Amino acid sequence: MFGNPLEIDGLFDHLRRMERTVDQLFGNRAMPAGIRSVSRGSFPLVNVGATDAEVHVYLFAPGIESRDFNLTIQKNLLMISGQRKREVNDKATYFRRERFDGEFKRVITLPEDVDPQQVSAVYRDGVLQIVLKRHENSKPRQIQVN
Amino acid sequence: MPDTQHVAQRTAEAGQQPGTDHAYHLVPPADILEDGGGITLRLDMPGVSRDRLRLEADRDTLLIEGEMQIAMAPDMTPLYADIQSTRFSRSFTLSGELDAEKISASLVNGVLAVKIPLRSELKPRKIEVQVS
Repeated sequence: MFGNPLEIDGLFDHLRRMERTVDQLFGNRAMPAGIRSVSRGSFPLVNVGATDAEVHVYLFAPGIESRDFNLTIQKNLLMISGQRKREVNDKATYFRRERFDGEFKRVITLPEDVDPQQVSAVYRDGVLQIVLKRHENSKPRQIQVN
Repeated sequence: MPDTQHVAQRTAEAGQQPGTDHAYHLVPPADILEDGGGITLRLDMPGVSRDRLRLEADRDTLLIEGEMQIAMAPDMTPLYADIQSTRFSRSFTLSGELDAEKISASLVNGVLAVKIPLRSELKPRKIEVQVS
């Protein structure tokens, strides 16, 4: 019914099937939370992604002037602080105030091989994208077999 | 929490974190205020550009939807993610004194501001007291 379990291909198929099932069950939620992560609904929210050559940090911080961000990097610790000012309207009645205002600070642990000298940041549509290059000698490279 | 909220309703759960109980879309946090001219909504919708934003208003509902678009390398693997959806959606119930025909909106740095004016015949006006 399950084919021959000793057949190598069958075993790998089985593993892949299991992997798929696990992925479907947990989706992205299986992603481990960083030690400096914050609870949902905090401000600003952060996503981090990596390629072989770069690490990208996305900071979802709408409604801020780009000069109001303060970014510092110390080895592989990226610190982002800033503030969002509330538009005050004294004559208005507020029914809801869910949006964050005031000062914020987030510290993000990056992979150890980022180069603190090669960082760039762009703010667009309320998302601050920070691109950090990885050290040249930590990039994966092909090894020739003789 | 119902999906549709009254636009001018004070609620006890106003401090509740948005986006906690929706697996498939993000609920943008909103400020709602009213002055003499009407109601203003402000919603945080980072990563949404103007062409990916959709506002739909009929007589009694305002639906706001947006798709976050972020340029990403195809070989990128996620290391950490607070945000795990790219779709924003939230709807509000309008009330009769608001003029759904004259809603205007602007999007700056990922913050959407929607103005819903009061029907002109309902705008508050000062009543002169005559002294005889």
